[in-house]
Amino acid sequence: MKQDKYTEKLTYRVRSMEQLTAAAWSMVIECPDVAAKAQPGQFVNLLPDGGFTLRRPISICGIDKEQGTLRIVFEVRGKGTKVLSDLRAGDTINMLAPLGHGFALPEQDARVILVGGGIGTPPMLPLAQYSGKNAVVICGFRNKDAVILQDDFAAAGAKTILCTDDGSAGRYGLVTLPLEEEIKAEKPALICACGPTPMLKATAALAKTYEIPCQVSLEERMGCGIGACLVCACRTLDEHGAEQYQHVCKNGPVFNAQEVIW
Amino acid sequence: MADLSVKICGIPFKNPVIPASGVFGYGREYEQYYDLSRLGGISTKGTTGTKRTGNLPPRVAETTMGMLNSVGLQNPGIDAFIENELPHLLACDTVILANIAGSTADECAEVAAKLDKTDVHMIELNISCPNVKQGGAAFGTSCEAAAQVTKAVRRATKKPLCVKLSPNVTSITEIAKAVEAEGADALSLINTLLGMRIDLRTRRPILHNNMGGFSGPAVFPVAVRMVWQVANAVSLPVIGMGGVMSGEDAAELMMAGASAVQVGTAIVQDPYAPLRIIDELNDWLDSNHIASAAELTGSVKPW
Repeated sequence: MKQDKYTEKLTYRVRSMEQLTAAAWSMVIECPDVAAKAQPGQFVNLLPDGGFTLRRPISICGIDKEQGTLRIVFEVRGKGTKVLSDLRAGDTINMLAPLGHGFALPEQDARVILVGGGIGTPPMLPLAQYSGKNAVVICGFRNKDAVILQDDFAAAGAKTILCTDDGSAGRYGLVTLPLEEEIKAEKPALICACGPTPMLKATAALAKTYEIPCQVSLEERMGCGIGACLVCACRTLDEHGAEQYQHVCKNGPVFNAQEVIW
Repeated sequence: MADLSVKICGIPFKNPVIPASGVFGYGREYEQYYDLSRLGGISTKGTTGTKRTGNLPPRVAETTMGMLNSVGLQNPGIDAFIENELPHLLACDTVILANIAGSTADECAEVAAKLDKTDVHMIELNISCPNVKQGGAAFGTSCEAAAQVTKAVRRATKKPLCVKLSPNVTSITEIAKAVEAEGADALSLINTLLGMRIDLRTRRPILHNNMGGFSGPAVFPVAVRMVWQVANAVSLPVIGMGGVMSGEDAAELMMAGASAVQVGTAIVQDPYAPLRIIDELNDWLDSNHIASAAELTGSVKPW
């Protein structure tokens, strides 16, 4: 890639790459200036080499301010993420970060339930590390081969509940069953969720029923990543209850679940 | 250091690189990256008579060397623009092109009349948005409609009026001549080409609007061709755009006949793109011993 002084500003070094499953990869990026500012729930926007027009938005899975690194975990979905997965330690990556509006953190000693579905699980990890033993992490995956990050959640001190769609690991079925059990066992101060829309919708519905604040991290096809091009629109309710479009990259990716029109 | 300044409709631009309407909002998001005064100008987000919420998502799709978008003119309306955004933009020490659109010629004229009372430097009339049902491209694809809306806006303002043309026509030179005859002061082209992508798995178009505007480096040769044709057909200055990604692209479009260039998709990819393009253009001029960017305009030597 041709390097000029502007591209240099966005160029960072990959410290390590690790394959987690057939499709999921973990990348640690050396970026002290970004790590210093990054908040749980924010994302990075990566431009793969090879003539791609758009960046790939990926949620932040780890923030190490001392080491000056960020960790991201992503799935190979197409040609662009395949190129990203081919990067190795020492390679460079063009990254715009940190971007977006992250989670509003609760009191550290408050009970929180974190719900992650599939490749929506990674942004839950910084929250689990923040809340430690006060966090219950409920993760759902297609099957045992897709399971990621369970050791990391356990290392954070969180209680982990694993579900798979086919019962090949952990509990059989959807995350909403253990979610309701945990709510009934002890009402949490906050529920945070990231994953497929049906999972988020069901989580938001339970949070509403039990009157628990709920924050969800959304995904949409994205352009600039900084709120100017207006392509990553999502429908929400404004303070008067009127429908509006907000933008996942700037107003989100984390939204108050009760504002979102599913 | 080459002289990058250019003049269009008597307005001095410090360099010929202008963020295109739609990718740059009203500039605020980019101020966290650099001082907007470094830009030649800013073409602001297309603004209509009243607030528009835009189209249902998904609004963007990637293509080979390009992208499709169907934002649908989401904007807060002209009154909110003039009250909340324009004062800040006018304080940025760069040329502000207020991009306007409307469902009817009357709406466009009303928006232009409101801008006429402000200090905005130029009005860019969008008769070519492919992403709205009424107005938009419907104005830009027939000579009669293009002439009618230009005439209405011309009556409403004494500001320099630049009309932004659609490439989705049989003969862009005929539209350009029709618009020139009704008093346009400049032309900008090309808006996006109408395109479509389909998700093979769901058999759904990727864009919720089914079709959208195709932009990016893939359309650059179309832009060069149309700028060249239009610049030869009219006596108005032309602002060229369409897939400009580098300083050399800017130089090429200027040789084809553009007095300045707008940059869209490159900014979606990289917020620093306009600054990089300005530097690259300067370096290219210096290394080719060309003293002034303005010398490039129309300097192509056709076979």
